[in-house]
Amino acid sequence: MAQFTLPKNSQVKKGLHWKAPADQMGESGKARKFKVYRWNPETGENPRIDTYEVPVERAGQMVLDALIWIKNNVDSSLTFRRSCREGVCGSCSMNIDGTNTLACTKNLNDIRGDVGVYPLPHRPVVKDLVPDLDQLYSQLASIEPWLKTDSPAPSRERYQSVEDRAKLDGLWECILCFSCSTACPSYWWNGDRYLGPAILLQAYRWLADSRDEATGERLDALEDPFRLYRCHTIMNCTKTCPKGLNPAKAITEIKKMMVERRG
Amino acid sequence: MTDQKTSVQRPLSPHLQVYRLPLLPLMSITHRVTGVGLAFGTIVLAWWLAALATGPGAYAIFSAFMMPLGGLALLGWMIAIAYHFCNGIRHLIWDTGHALELNSAEKAGYAVLAGWLVLSVALVAAAVFFWAT
Repeated sequence: MAQFTLPKNSQVKKGLHWKAPADQMGESGKARKFKVYRWNPETGENPRIDTYEVPVERAGQMVLDALIWIKNNVDSSLTFRRSCREGVCGSCSMNIDGTNTLACTKNLNDIRGDVGVYPLPHRPVVKDLVPDLDQLYSQLASIEPWLKTDSPAPSRERYQSVEDRAKLDGLWECILCFSCSTACPSYWWNGDRYLGPAILLQAYRWLADSRDEATGERLDALEDPFRLYRCHTIMNCTKTCPKGLNPAKAITEIKKMMVERRG
Repeated sequence: MTDQKTSVQRPLSPHLQVYRLPLLPLMSITHRVTGVGLAFGTIVLAWWLAALATGPGAYAIFSAFMMPLGGLALLGWMIAIAYHFCNGIRHLIWDTGHALELNSAEKAGYAVLAGWLVLSVALVAAAVFFWAT
């Protein structure tokens, strides 16, 4: 059921104000404020918003650069996931300036005023900007995201025509950052039963694959009032995808396949 | 056995509190709100028509309940059905797999808003016209 407010232990309190170290201030003397969600599992206190002042000369180009600067120079306890810093690993997905995206590809010039940084929405928080994504990973496993075949394995690769391969474009690029699923109000309210945009895009990636022979079985598994049909075309998923993919369209394609197979 | 502290309950990260909702999600929630409103409104509308058909006694009871706000409720119902109708057409188009790109979905959204305005004005004008004659 939809609960629009945060539970008591999740309500966000006012936090600390961290000034930039004097020796780090740049020539302009200007600093930008980063308002960052903090939660420490060791104290058990409610989450809080800390404000960090980052000298504009030190902030770097992307939000991730600024977060790394804060961690190196101001507060080493600030916790976030990051790896490739170039938008291919999907680790640093978070809610920045009100929208889910990758911290490493979100340009600071695209944000006006203070920079709000929160973990991906409506997830249990492990620490600070690190959300618990277990539910999403197990839902991904549930759609069996691998090639399934009954026909005997050929002596070489399973060939695919250029046209059939083109059907996978816009699907294979997904890096599983889960920006879309955690941007989806339907997933917020029914995430325990609705698979959400990221997983359904993956499901369609295998449904659309000409080499896969389990289409019927895959559709059977999705034919459910919740797993597939909680999508109401809100389109937050497509709006937020940092890779420019379109989960809303993929979900509609699955719905169309459901109708078409009825003949 | 080791003295294991029960793990702290993890907080839920903010969602509606922080998420910026642009045109598309706002139109979606409006579709839901008008849908729920219309479901109730249609019951009242049915009651109104039934009362009209039953006679002066039944109509007096309906009037006693609805009169102070009846006109306003009818106005709201007309505006809501205009929106739900126009956006419903966009949903039907979406179901065919069209207008699902960000650009086209937003363009269709503006078309829905324009259609809503026109249809609302037309409905209200028609209502006022029939009221007056």
